[in-house]
Amino acid sequence: MQASAVSLQEIVESVIASHRGKVGALLPVLHAIQDKLGHVPKQAVPMIAQAMSLSRAEVHGVMSFYHDFRDEPAGKNIIHLCRAEACQAMGSRELERHVMDRLGIGYGETTADGLVSLEPVYCLGNCACTPSIRINDDIHARVTGQKFDELINRLEAEG
Amino acid sequence: MAIRIFVPRDATACALGADEVAKFIRKGAEGRGLEVEVFRNGSRGAAWLEPLVEVETDAGRLAFGPVAAGDVPGLFEAGFPGEADHMLSLGFVDEIPWLARQQRLTFARAGLGDPLSLENYDSLEGFKGLERALILDPQAIVDEIKKSGLRGRGGAAFPTGIKWQTVLDAPSDNDNKQKYIVCNADEGDSGTFADRLLMESDPYQLIEGMTIAGLAVGATEGFIYLRSEYPHCAKVLEEAISRAEQAAYLGDDIRGTGKAFRIDLRIAAGAYICGEETSLLDSLEGKRGMVRFKPPLPAIKGLMGLPTVVNNVLSLAAVSTILARGAAHYRDFGTGRSRGTLTVQLSGNIKRGGLVELPFGATLRELVEDFGGGTASDRPARAIQVGGPLGTYLPESQWDVALDYEALAEIGGMLGHGGVVVFDDTVDMAQQARFAMEFCAVESCGKCTPCRVGSVRGVEVIDRIVAGKEREFNLALLDDLCDTLVEGSLCAMGGLTPYPVRSALEHFQEDFKR
Repeated sequence: MQASAVSLQEIVESVIASHRGKVGALLPVLHAIQDKLGHVPKQAVPMIAQAMSLSRAEVHGVMSFYHDFRDEPAGKNIIHLCRAEACQAMGSRELERHVMDRLGIGYGETTADGLVSLEPVYCLGNCACTPSIRINDDIHARVTGQKFDELINRLEAEG
Repeated sequence: MAIRIFVPRDATACALGADEVAKFIRKGAEGRGLEVEVFRNGSRGAAWLEPLVEVETDAGRLAFGPVAAGDVPGLFEAGFPGEADHMLSLGFVDEIPWLARQQRLTFARAGLGDPLSLENYDSLEGFKGLERALILDPQAIVDEIKKSGLRGRGGAAFPTGIKWQTVLDAPSDNDNKQKYIVCNADEGDSGTFADRLLMESDPYQLIEGMTIAGLAVGATEGFIYLRSEYPHCAKVLEEAISRAEQAAYLGDDIRGTGKAFRIDLRIAAGAYICGEETSLLDSLEGKRGMVRFKPPLPAIKGLMGLPTVVNNVLSLAAVSTILARGAAHYRDFGTGRSRGTLTVQLSGNIKRGGLVELPFGATLRELVEDFGGGTASDRPARAIQVGGPLGTYLPESQWDVALDYEALAEIGGMLGHGGVVVFDDTVDMAQQARFAMEFCAVESCGKCTPCRVGSVRGVEVIDRIVAGKEREFNLALLDDLCDTLVEGSLCAMGGLTPYPVRSALEHFQEDFKR
């Protein structure tokens, strides 16, 4: 991560500058900062507030309302496990137990080695070939415990 | 000449290994000295056959599926890309009954070619609707939509033409007389993926529909509010918008007519409630996605307080067909007050899941049994949830209901966005009822107490019922709580959560007794 080379203040300012004049720019700004840094650091909240003429409470309120934004770094990979009905119908509850056993973590947690963060998701739009999970930006269909283990082994091998 | 081979690129096909399949086909052909061109087309929506590989021949396209990367060498040995004697060989794609029996309007182009190719879109009747809209006056466009009978495909089924008329007539107090078109692409209902499929397989149809909407109501700015759970789709839309701009289908001077319309793609941030139109607008304004009081309607005071059309992806897409082929053509499909086609998404525990587009009127049983082929687990189906997580669970005695807005409403159900989720006999309906409350607790925006707090209490009460604690008392309490949610919530989140709960209780009572 290049955050040390470029200060957080500079990142925040450049992101906000590139969204100037947009209707309701706060969500795109938060997404852009999170895309760059992997999370939106707490220290960024007052900077964003100041630069966008918002109160800190407003920025914090938006950050905390949406499931996607995080103020702590995530693991190297983020796994979203679908908990919604179409996946339930194909055994996602069992898969959920398997995933948590295999990783040794629950939702909102990161493995001790920092490899994986686990998040719940309610539908990935792959409902005809379930259960579905998302690893970073890739969706995986008809995931069984065995298939999940293979995917994790691959992540572990990549390090 | 090189043989043209198509491997779909939509999220489901890719989730099933389509990228690898494409790579293996290229490699396999190279190894055999065959000259092939591998195209990445959109998906036809036959998810059960994905990755569905097609080979162009003079007589039509040969289909093979579902093809895993490991199947590719065997296919080549059996004669692929020619007519191969292989278990994955499906004959001509147009003759696959599951596809041939559908009547596609909105999804007619899906899967035929490269979704991002403007030439391809153009050659398949693309932009015909826009061409016509560019020479009509706004009122004439709105009249055409009214005549078509199109109703909002997001779930509420409000007549689109009436909504547009309201926006057209609403004065904008903005200096630039700005009005907005907002496409609700926050397809959050489990069991639905039609919006995603359309955007990934035929994105220009949505762009065309939004532009027509802009011309109709006098808006020059549009937003697509896309859920962040669709990263694949975001890439397709971004590229499609950029290409449409380059070709002057979007911008300040659309095809040299001097008319303007621009589209800004916005990515949501994982809140189901933002599929509700007023909370979507708050989210677009950069706020927490809180549900607004209505009135004022978004059509009068919407985004930034200005007149705004908020339509679902499929409603806007249908607009291009209606303008291209005329209102009567569209209206001739369907039944009663449900006009045009219905896009059902067969999902969950089903053998042949995917997108089925038919005129309104088919029954749930026809869809699930004839198209769906029964459950994937080969066990008897027991419950079907229609209309997303806020839709009712239907027991077998109700499966002969016709899938249209009115028929479902008559039995206390709703069609919603057309999601059909099948469960086999291993389902625990008490668990499903509990989940409906749990989901509401997770996704409530928090504005209304019955929804915010009632959902949490709902989970607890169901737990007590299942545990057999003061059963009768708690059943009465749950019933009372459901009334409070229905009567005391501003929007459908709290207002409809009791539907899956009550239908589970009513039709599957035995699951609540342990």
